[in-house]
Amino acid sequence: MKLTKKKYAMVIDTKTCVGCGACVVACKTENEVPEGRHRDWIVEEVSGTFPNLQMEIRSERCNHCSNAPCVHACPTGASHYKKGTENLVLVDENKCTGCKACMAACPYEARFTVPEGYTSKCTFCSHRIEKKEQPACSTVCPAQAIYFGDLNNPMSAVSRLLRKRKFKTLLPEVGTKANVYYLV
Amino acid sequence: MKEITITTHKMASAHAAGWHIWGWEIPVYLFLGGLTAGILVLAAVMILRNKGKEYPVATNRVILLAPIFISFGMLALFLDLTHKLYVWRFYTSFQVTSVMSWGSWILLLVYPVNILMILATLEEGYPKLYGWIKEKSVSIGGGRLEGIFSSLISFSKRHIKLWAKIAIPVGVGLGIYTGILLSAFGARPIWNSAILGPLFLVSGISAGAALIVLMAKGAERQYFAKIDMMLIGSELFVLFLFFVGQLTASASQQEAIRLLIDKSIMAPVFWIFVVTIGLLLPAFFEWLETRGGEIPAWLPPSLVLFGGLALRFVLVKACCLWREMSIEQLL
Repeated sequence: MKLTKKKYAMVIDTKTCVGCGACVVACKTENEVPEGRHRDWIVEEVSGTFPNLQMEIRSERCNHCSNAPCVHACPTGASHYKKGTENLVLVDENKCTGCKACMAACPYEARFTVPEGYTSKCTFCSHRIEKKEQPACSTVCPAQAIYFGDLNNPMSAVSRLLRKRKFKTLLPEVGTKANVYYLV
Repeated sequence: MKEITITTHKMASAHAAGWHIWGWEIPVYLFLGGLTAGILVLAAVMILRNKGKEYPVATNRVILLAPIFISFGMLALFLDLTHKLYVWRFYTSFQVTSVMSWGSWILLLVYPVNILMILATLEEGYPKLYGWIKEKSVSIGGGRLEGIFSSLISFSKRHIKLWAKIAIPVGVGLGIYTGILLSAFGARPIWNSAILGPLFLVSGISAGAALIVLMAKGAERQYFAKIDMMLIGSELFVLFLFFVGQLTASASQQEAIRLLIDKSIMAPVFWIFVVTIGLLLPAFFEWLETRGGEIPAWLPPSLVLFGGLALRFVLVKACCLWREMSIEQLL
């Protein structure tokens, strides 16, 4: 049997997310993200005209795009897809020169430089996935709004959710094929 | 109405560290790279046309400055890196989809071609320097060093046309790449136009011609002033096409190009420093000169060089500004 590569995705339910910021704090702690930097963040989007207003709350991060412009722009191969996955974008800090081409390439502004100089961003908690654990942001979510899994497995929670519910991705027009899906 | 609030810190300008992308180093590098491309192409064309007697500066002298410019450009690039000790990583891989990877390998091609062209033209271009090196090589290393030097010179001279033929595609590649480096980002609509490649190439060759005008005298100066006038004309035309392209593209590109029309401080900076002082004025002065007007010889080419640098500063800065503004809208 041919082993298919994993297609890791996050499905975030904007209908249950309350914007508490637990995911942001959990990520900071789990990944020891340096001061002033964040790998995920909360966005509140209010639209409509008073009194008919709507609010959508999103927990945003690197979209681990299937067509990642940061991977294409990297001159040294530091930004790469993790082996065995279709889309898990990682940065090899020993190859990164700090040229910042990936930061210029990312339409989501998900990347930053750390004080040591290399670029960094969300890894979907790659080290936890290896231990068969869920990403930190997903485990702490008190509203259980963050789901994580493999889209190439039709039985995974994320696959089932995307079959059942309406969803969107951010900036689909830039052609990145983002893999963080928002249930709307 | 649509209002977006970011309730926890996003990686946003003053609100976060590590957010800065490119500062002054990149436009300086893009300018010096373009200037080097211009020198290479113009010198190669003059060598192929055997213009050593007629146009000595362009054929034999200006080429010596190219490695100095490109080295300062690469120094600026190096200063921009935030993980400096890993700079050698550029040369441990070649990434087909990365323009920056192409560029770093093109830069590596520029040096040998450039040095071979210098060796081939040194005796005619800088007879005193040539004599001094020859003398020193005898006094320091005896006959052996002098022998190596002479055989290098004669080898370079024998194949001078070949170096010139290689220098043209390498120079054009370097010039175009400096533009494509910016244009290959779908995330940055103001840069996202492949016409930046030809624009930076023409601007680079124009800067090269201006440098020759600065250094040359008499008939050579007039000849290159004329060439520069044509290049400025072409640059204005390509710039016009850039605006047409952006204004007729997607909504984000239309919005971004308006930074240079009416939406930001970059608009007056662009029209005054790049278009008026950097392109129209020197073209006008050079035209006046052909009509017998008295213009200080250094003025038009200096303005062209200034305009070339200003063009790159405006484009790089406009993108940073667009990024800040779109984030400010969010906050």
